[in-house]
Amino acid sequence: MDALKQELKENIIEQLNLEDMTPADIADDDMLFGDGLGLDSIDALELIVMLDKNYGIKLTDPKEGRTIFESINTMAAYITEHRSK
Amino acid sequence: MKNNYYISSYCHIKNNTVRLNGNIVYHDNSETFSEFIKNLYRAENTKYAKFFKMDNLSKLAFMAADIILKNENLNTDTDNNIALVFSNKAASLDTDRKHQTSIQDKQDYYPSPAVFVYTLPNICLGEISIKYKLFSENSFFIFDSFNADHLFNYSNSLLDLNKSEAVLSGWVDFDDTNYEAFLYLVSRSGGGTIHDKQNIITLYNR
Repeated sequence: MDALKQELKENIIEQLNLEDMTPADIADDDMLFGDGLGLDSIDALELIVMLDKNYGIKLTDPKEGRTIFESINTMAAYITEHRSK
Repeated sequence: MKNNYYISSYCHIKNNTVRLNGNIVYHDNSETFSEFIKNLYRAENTKYAKFFKMDNLSKLAFMAADIILKNENLNTDTDNNIALVFSNKAASLDTDRKHQTSIQDKQDYYPSPAVFVYTLPNICLGEISIKYKLFSENSFFIFDSFNADHLFNYSNSLLDLNKSEAVLSGWVDFDDTNYEAFLYLVSRSGGGTIHDKQNIITLYNR
């Protein structure tokens, strides 16, 4: 699980162009949206594509994203349970 | 022409060099545009959370506009009525190609939403408007080459009709490794170069 969390942080930084950030700057329980990392709606769409491309998870209901993308912890838990690749 | 307007300042970015009112204010030896524009952003100490998420055209337009507008002492707590009239040749072709690449292979079909949102050239106008709270007219035209005549007439029309207090106008083009931004601010008063077609061409070619 720790390796997956590290991988998620690295992918999020690279794919969302969080230029001045390193994985160490993101705590596992940091809020990804709102007052946390400050991600926006386009970032949320990028995360949905990332789940599909990297882990074979297709989110059919965008509302699911609200809880899944709450933090690195919630993302890692959902991916571990649902990944197909 | 009903009124005389003035080109109060202008900025030209090309070949790793930034000129403000004809004077070099930044130059480096970056080998790529990506590296150059990132260095420029940091050198200018510009603060805009979404800068690194923007496509190349928007970054280029944003920095040229920023270098001019930061000297205008705008109050970004209130709305600013500066119209934007931009133009180029390549539209958003650089980003269009990236998007096309991501949807080329039906077996590996993962279009990026963050790329797709920049597949229109006028998106850069929105980025500038957000940064400087410009609730004003904006237009983006596509021409084969720099069209001073059209920019002159359109900017004058906006000012004559009191659609805006000033106009930030010019050319912002990005395609492959070629880039150029030439923006100038047309004001009602305050002096500077008289806003006419010949002066626009002269400043562009300087």
